[in-house]
Parts: sequence; C-alpha cells; structure tokens
Amino acid sequence: MTTQETSVISVKDLDFYYGEAQALFGIDLEIPKNKVTAFIGPSGCGKSTFLRCLNRMNDLVGDTTVEGKILLDGVTDVNDKDLDPIRLRRRIGMIFQKSNPFPKSIYENVVYGLRIAGVKDKKVLDEIVESSLKRAALWDEVKDRLNATALGLSGGQMQRLCIARAIAVKPEILLMDEPCSALDPKSTAHIEDLIADLRGEYSIIIVTHNMQQASRVSDYTAFFFEGKLVEFGHTDHLFTKPTEKQTEDYITGRFG
Amino acid sequence: MPSSKQDSYKDQQFKKFWREGEAFIWLSGLGVALVLFMVATLVGVIVKNGAQTFWPKALVSFTLADDSKILGELVQEQEHPHSHVNRYQIKVGNRDLNGVDFKWIIETEIKEQSVPDDAIVLERMEYGNFHGFIKSINSSAITEKTTPLEDWEKVKPLLHKLEAETEDINDEVISRANVMESIRLEILKVRYHKENPAQLERRLKALTLQFEKLMVLQAKARTALIRHTGTFVDVNGREKEMVLAHIVRSYQPNQLGLFGKLGVYISKMFELFFDEPRESNTEGGLFPAIVGTVMLILTMSIFSFPLGLIAAVYMKEYAKPGILLQAIRVAVSNLAGVPSIVWGIFGLTFFVYTIGGGIDSFFYPERLPTPTFGTGGVLWGSLTLALLTVPVVIVATEEALAGVPGDLRHGSYALGATKFQTLINVTIPMAMPRIITGFILAMSRAAGEVAPLMITGVVKLAPTLPLDGEFPFVHLERKFMHLGFHIYDVGFQSPNVEAAKPMVFVTTLVLMGIVIALSMSSIILRNKIRKKYAARAF
Repeated sequence: MTTQETSVISVKDLDFYYGEAQALFGIDLEIPKNKVTAFIGPSGCGKSTFLRCLNRMNDLVGDTTVEGKILLDGVTDVNDKDLDPIRLRRRIGMIFQKSNPFPKSIYENVVYGLRIAGVKDKKVLDEIVESSLKRAALWDEVKDRLNATALGLSGGQMQRLCIARAIAVKPEILLMDEPCSALDPKSTAHIEDLIADLRGEYSIIIVTHNMQQASRVSDYTAFFFEGKLVEFGHTDHLFTKPTEKQTEDYITGRFG
Repeated sequence: MPSSKQDSYKDQQFKKFWREGEAFIWLSGLGVALVLFMVATLVGVIVKNGAQTFWPKALVSFTLADDSKILGELVQEQEHPHSHVNRYQIKVGNRDLNGVDFKWIIETEIKEQSVPDDAIVLERMEYGNFHGFIKSINSSAITEKTTPLEDWEKVKPLLHKLEAETEDINDEVISRANVMESIRLEILKVRYHKENPAQLERRLKALTLQFEKLMVLQAKARTALIRHTGTFVDVNGREKEMVLAHIVRSYQPNQLGLFGKLGVYISKMFELFFDEPRESNTEGGLFPAIVGTVMLILTMSIFSFPLGLIAAVYMKEYAKPGILLQAIRVAVSNLAGVPSIVWGIFGLTFFVYTIGGGIDSFFYPERLPTPTFGTGGVLWGSLTLALLTVPVVIVATEEALAGVPGDLRHGSYALGATKFQTLINVTIPMAMPRIITGFILAMSRAAGEVAPLMITGVVKLAPTLPLDGEFPFVHLERKFMHLGFHIYDVGFQSPNVEAAKPMVFVTTLVLMGIVIALSMSSIILRNKIRKKYAARAF
C-alpha cells in the first residue's frame, strides 16, 4: 500500500477464537479507502472469519472471542463493547455467498434497511429504490414489477438485488463474501462489472476463491493461509511478483 | 465353480431384490394402503350411517300369524344361524301405545305384507314417532269437514299463528325472568353492602305482578293451542287423540316421490343444524351443541396460539441454550402426552375452584354460595383445552423457526436490523406456514377432546347459549353443550339407546364436518401464505 492512500479500516494484531480454537493469528492490515480489496486463500484459511470480524457478524455465532483492534476511519473501535453493532452494520454493508432476498416484494427488499431504520417518507423510499436499483444495474430489468416477489428473480438478479439492498442504506464499506460462487459465468461477469462500477464510491472488500476474479476486480489483494495474513499488496504486484514463497505456491496452483 | 452358473444368476436376482430394497418399498406401500383403507372405512361408515338417517323409509304393514298387525320401517334383517330363517327388526314407533320402539319378527310368522298408501309418520315432541293413519281433525276452526288431511291443511295457518303468539309470550317470559333475576342479584349486592334495597324491592314486586299476569297469558295461549287435536289410529285400530301443535312433522312416506322424500330430508337437515334438541337429545337439532363446540375451539385458539407462539419464540430465539432450556423442552414435550382427563382435573381445581372461586369472592360475593364464575363454563373449558394444546403449538413453532434458513436472518442483521426486527419481518413470516400446521394439529386435538370438558363446563342440555343477543353478547361463564359430549350422552346415556343410534352417527358426522371445515380454512390460509414465500430458488 502506497503511503498517500488513506485507510478505511486499520486492523492491529487481531486474534480470533471459536471457543478454544484459534482461527486468526495476529492480523495486521490497513484496508485502503474507496478501493477494492480481495481476500484470497485456501478454504479454512480464515478469510471469511476475518471479514465477519469487520462488521461483528461473528457476534451471532455463540462462544467466540476477539482480541486486538479494528479501527474504522482511524477512530471507531469496532470491538468496543459500547458500540452498537446495529449502527456499525448500517455503515458496513454485506453481501453473502448465497443470495438471500427476503420473501417480500423487490421494492420491500430494497427499502428493508431504511424501513427498520425508521424512514417512512414514501417519496424518499421511492427515490432510493430507483437509485439503488440503478446503481446495482437491476433497474431496467425490474422497474415494471417492483411489487412482484423477489423470489421470482434469477440467481444473478437476486444477488444484484442484495447489492442494491445493501447500498440503499448508504454504507461506507461493502463486504462481499464470495458473492459469485453460486452464479453462472454470465451473472458473475455482471457482478464483476458492478464492482468495477462501485469502485471509488465505496470501499469494497471481497472474499473470493477465484484468483482470476481477484486479479480482475481488485486493486489490492491479501493472501491468507492457516489463519495468518501471509502477504498484502497491490494486486498486480502480488500476482506477478509475490514476495512470499507460500503466496507463489498458492497462486501458481501448487496447493490449495 | 462352473456348476453353479444358473444358481448364481438366481442368487444375483435374489441379492438384487434385497439390495434395492424392493421388499421394503412393498412394505411401505402396504403401510400407506392400510392407512388409506382405515381412513376411508372410518369416513365411509360415518357418512353412510349418518347421511341416510333422515331419508324417509317406507312404512310396511305386516300381518302376523296371530292376526296382530305391525306397521313400521325395516331397520335390518338377519339370518338365523341354525334355521336359516330371516328375521327382521322393525321400527314400530308408537312408544306410548306399544311401550317399545323396535320389534323383531321372524319371516315364518308373517302371514301378509303390504305397503299401505295412506300410512302416515308423525314426528312428535314426545314419545318418538307415531306410525298409523289419520282419522279426523277436531278443531273449532273447521266448519265443513272434507278429508282429514285437507282439514289439517286448513287448520295449519291458524296453528302457525297461535304458535307464533305462544312463542312471543315465551320469549317475553324469559326476558322478564332475566330482568327479574338481575334485579334480584342487584338487591343481594345492595344488601351485602348494608344498604337499603327498598326501591329495588318495590320494582321487583311490580315486575313480579306483571310476570304473574304474563304467566296467565302463557297458560291461556297454551290452552288455545291444545284445543286443536287430531284423531289417529294405529295399525291395530287403536285410536289416539293428539294435540296438533305437538306434532313437529308429518309425512306419508309410501306416497312420496323422490322430490317429496328430498323435501323431508332437507327439512330434517335444517332442523338438525338450526334447532334445539328434543326428547333428551335423541331427536331434533344440534344447534346449541354446534355453537358450543365452535365457540369452545375458537376461544381455545385465542388463548393457546399466541401463548404457544411467544413461548416458542422465547425458547428458540432468546433463551440461552443449556441444560435448563433442554429440561424445559423435555417438560413441554411430556406435557403433550399427559392424559386429557388429568388436564380436566387441573382445570377444575385451578381454573374453576381457584380462579373462578377467587373472581366470585372478589366481584360477586353477594351471590355466594351460588357460583358465577366458580363453576364450569366455556371460559374454563377453553382454557383447559388451551393448556392441553399449548405444547403442540410450542413444539411445532420451534421446529418452524429452526427451519428458517440462517442466511436470511444474517441478511437482515447485516442491514442493521435488531433481533426483534428480524423476527417480526423475516423469521416469523417465513415460519408461518409451518406454525399454522401446528395450529391445525392443536385445533383438531382440541375439537376431539371430551373428557376434560365433562368436568369443566359441558352439560347435557344448556338452557342458554354462550352467545346471544343479550349484553355483553358473549357469556363465557355459561355452561355449554358440545358435540363430542352429545355423542356420548345420546349414544350411551339416553333412556332409549336403540332409537338414539341414528342420532349418534349424525352427530359424529357433524362433528367431523366441523373439524374438517376448521382445518380446511386453516389449510387454505396456510397455502396462501406459503405461495407468497414459495419459489425460493437458488
């Protein structure tokens, strides 16, 4: 990471435990603002766990321990006991591996986050639905059936709806946990275009198994292995001239 | 081993048979067939016996060897096991003349058999049916006599008028009696508070005087009504004079065509659903029992469903998993297996005596020792049933909540929703179809229970409905009638069990119909909700 870029999330010496089992070991990481950062690594390396630490989704799994610091914009301590995770999650949106639209209409899916935050003005909601769906490149496909159930959409459309739903609450950061792993190549391309589109406006962190995808969409890449951050740097750099042996082995397909 | 080539083929087939589980498939298919067969038989038996009860049967006249005659409906025939001679069971009616409703006759006794055209069936308020012939109508309203049947037709408008008048007076008597009763209770209350009820007592006195006049009017109306009689003869020529107003329905089954019979059938069906029972419940309608049953189930649902739902939500979503929660879960499941009569005893001691008694001593101390809430009633019966069904609702709701995919909840949390918002907006709506399945099970269970009701408020004959036009319209403290108890009472406790048999089947059919109707409406609701959340494809 070059020095002139500001970081949106600074992680310092983060350890994470599921019960007794340690899953993350002393992670130190500066995630740059308004860039796309990819987390790669073999299954079980802790990249998804790490991602879930950032918006405290791990709170929902019982019996976990976090040690170390995660700072948002250099100020907010994510792991602060007094910090309401509800407010944190409004600032950090999340897209899941499996698209998970609610069993409601397309419209209601998009405004869900606003409604629970107490927004009632119909005009505001309408505007946000349109802008979010446009931003998620879904507007033209669904504008005539906003009140139809979201469950009638295709897999790729559902995932884009989930992105629209996440950006409707105007977060600063988007976490994407393998957003394309359940999609066909065409829908994947759609999502990747969308990520490229959103770059610059949001800080996006994407976990992926697909190294081509990481190299296509991300500015920075972090390589995790066995709960440790092995290497972090510019994507071009990491994929062409990795400094660590483990990184090289992984990206050249020697293991993983 | 070359010699075993054929064997090994057979052997292979045999092994394949077992390996592919062919036998098991047959067995499971057989199981389904057996269940289907049992359900079909159950429904078939009840529908067959229940539906044909009201169909008018021919009146057959038999002349026996001793020249005595009987006139009645053929109920069943049996073959004597040794002599192979048929014997017939005949419903002869005329209990007031014969002393019995049914007679067995042997084929060889019968000298002659005919189907007299003019035979008539009279359904009466008392003594069951009369089988015989009409002789004359004795009424001052008839000036010139024609045939008896035509005479009767002529008297009918007058009778209807008189009956309506009597009915009005009766209603008046009942409502006056209610007013007087409430004043009496008021006086008790005033006295209890050591005040002087003189004014109320004066009012009561005035009302009592009016009431006595009303009673005279009532008696007059009755005498006016019983002046119109008919003379009928039975098949042996014995005459019997009967008050026309006491005859509920009459028809000549041997003359009726298909539509005539259908008319009688429909009229009886109508009576069944909308009229009061007669003759210690063995005749007449089921209306109070139907109202009681439906109201009981609905009241039970109002208590049971929300309670079970919120309890399950707490156990599944909020309670900390651990030994305590596990113990509670086991306890709840075990509660579902507690015999219903035990719940009845609990309802009696806890609801009726403790809570009901408490309400009485707190709110109605002046009426004691006459209980108001401290005796069985719809409220206590439905609360007992609610407790009985809550475990079913809890178990089903917990299962339903567990079935909602975790990624949906996480999706909601990730958007900044609280646990409560997630529950209300996502989890419970998603679980609703399966929760409703639990409701349906609970409702069916409650509809079938009789034992706990017998000690918490069901009666053989309730003078008033728990739902009527009198303020506050719903009277949950009242005792009520119930179809399940009705079946038991009519079938096994009535003075004339043989004659009551058809009513047992009819009542069973109605109870079954109500349960099916309630379940069907819930199923339709569930399917609507399910459709809303369906098509969740990945």
